Amino acid sequence: MIQAGAARAAPIHIMPANQFNGFTDYGIGIGLRVPHYQHILMRKPVVDWFEIISENFMVDGGRPLEVLDQILEQYRVVQHGVSMYFGSADKLNREHLKRLKTLVKRTKTPWLSDHLCWGSVDGRYTHDLLPMPYTFAAAKVTAEKVRAVRDYLEIPIAVENVSSYAEFHASEMTEWEFLTEVVELADCGILLDVNNIYVSSKNHSFNPYDYVNNVPHHRVAQIHIAGHSKFKKYILDTHDHPVLDPVWQLYARATNLVGKTATLLEWDDSIPSFDEVHHEALKANQFIHQIEQTAARA
Amino acid sequence: MRRSKRTNSSIRSSRPRRALRAGSVRQLGELQALMAGAIMRPLAPGDRMQKISTPIANAIIKPNDRLTSFERLEIYNRQYWIRILACFYDDYPGLRAVIGERKFDKLARAYLARYPSACFTLRNLGSRLEKFLRAEPKWVAPQERLSLDMVRLEWAHIVAFDEGAKPVVHVDDLLGRNPSKIRLGLQPYITLLEVDYPVDDLLLAAKKGDDRLRGEASNAVETHQRHTVRLNVRGLKPQRQYIAVHRMKCSVYYKTLTREQFQVLRALQRGATLEKACAVLLKRRGDVANKSAADIQKWFAAWASFGWFCDP
Repeated sequence: MIQAGAARAAPIHIMPANQFNGFTDYGIGIGLRVPHYQHILMRKPVVDWFEIISENFMVDGGRPLEVLDQILEQYRVVQHGVSMYFGSADKLNREHLKRLKTLVKRTKTPWLSDHLCWGSVDGRYTHDLLPMPYTFAAAKVTAEKVRAVRDYLEIPIAVENVSSYAEFHASEMTEWEFLTEVVELADCGILLDVNNIYVSSKNHSFNPYDYVNNVPHHRVAQIHIAGHSKFKKYILDTHDHPVLDPVWQLYARATNLVGKTATLLEWDDSIPSFDEVHHEALKANQFIHQIEQTAARA
Repeated sequence: MRRSKRTNSSIRSSRPRRALRAGSVRQLGELQALMAGAIMRPLAPGDRMQKISTPIANAIIKPNDRLTSFERLEIYNRQYWIRILACFYDDYPGLRAVIGERKFDKLARAYLARYPSACFTLRNLGSRLEKFLRAEPKWVAPQERLSLDMVRLEWAHIVAFDEGAKPVVHVDDLLGRNPSKIRLGLQPYITLLEVDYPVDDLLLAAKKGDDRLRGEASNAVETHQRHTVRLNVRGLKPQRQYIAVHRMKCSVYYKTLTREQFQVLRALQRGATLEKACAVLLKRRGDVANKSAADIQKWFAAWASFGWFCDP
């Protein structure tokens, strides 16, 4: 097994753009969502970048592509997928990949992310991001798919850790060890979702800082932040709230370890005004400024 | 354990008792097939997971100090049905308004159990609903014909929204060409419908009511409460309608056609030459052939201005 990075003191540095995000230097972005289309197109607010859900634009025409083209004229866009299912035992869907490549050419996304999960069996889709059993065999097949997708799309790939509500008897390692195994075998990037880490840590009773401390930091291409919902016995990753304090603290730790990294706020349900979402996202700047100041002093 | 353990019935017979491994791709596939089968299995009353999934949950999922294996898998089972029902609900406001909330919910669960999503996008979730209702009209009784018409219109709306467009053929492109050689296609996003009820008006009424309710209770939408406008369709008389569902400037429109217009367009869509498409019409309207020629010219000018024509 490839060893996960050892826990270490926060090095406090500004990490430059890396090969896993196309050597870009993106700042704080938000997810492009339908309720904000009109505001964005009419008022053209200043936003570092938008993340789009690839599948929403893998269509042949009509309003989705019309809006996307208008956004592309004004903004930087990065593609984020929800149905590649790198961890599925099934073969990759060639039709899906062809459509995705068409979109990649349209958006010129510098990197592309999707989840470390599975969600379909024999062509039937759950439309969920289902957790993996953390086994070496699963890591191997997942990494092979990541490589195949990267080779086909010809852009860097970053895999995102998902939030989960279940653990498998079959697992042979921790989630962060599994993530490390996959990205090292695939030689790909990580989209580190600190909200997902927090949600899973509560659902599975592990220390979220162990996770953040032990992933290969040089592979982090992007960070996700989001809100979640607490229930009596578990936490659901609902993306319908502002980011909660423990998640900001985890984000602070991650940026200390990883450096200044493209950061994206996900808000997918009960979506408030554009300004409210953007304001929430920009709170991340205070943590980035801290590491910039610390690095400058050093 | 066989790889074919995918359907609910086969999962029922499998009943694994020991913890499943995922030490090979084959084992990973088996584990995923069993888990997906349990997740996609219809919920029991009270939106609980069916007890029949207990052995699968125990074989796959570890319990923790707060939740049993069953309860942890149940989270995914519930999330699956919440997600696809919400999507299906959004796609069919007209059908909901015709048959009512309770009947729609039963239909949705039966349809989605029979035809789970077979595409990476939820856009195609209702693509087999017409087929399902033709085979099992009991779900929409006694409004079978009206419901089928509405389903066809609502699917046509989805197609019109984001189907591709081909380069437009303009009337000028046809000047000087022999009509017996010209074949015109209709844009892929256009659906021609021959229906027995004024479903276009009914759907607009349903959506208008839906918008009003949502506007008044935006927090309710956020908490996923459902508002269905119920249309009073009792006593509604059949009335043959011809509709072209299309889009202009990214908005979807329902264009009412005459029977003759519908016949011409349908003939073109099926590959007839321009001459043959119009000849069919002139045969039927032989008594006013001269007037029809002028009418047809106007029709084509209008359709071309909408950008409906393309190469077949």
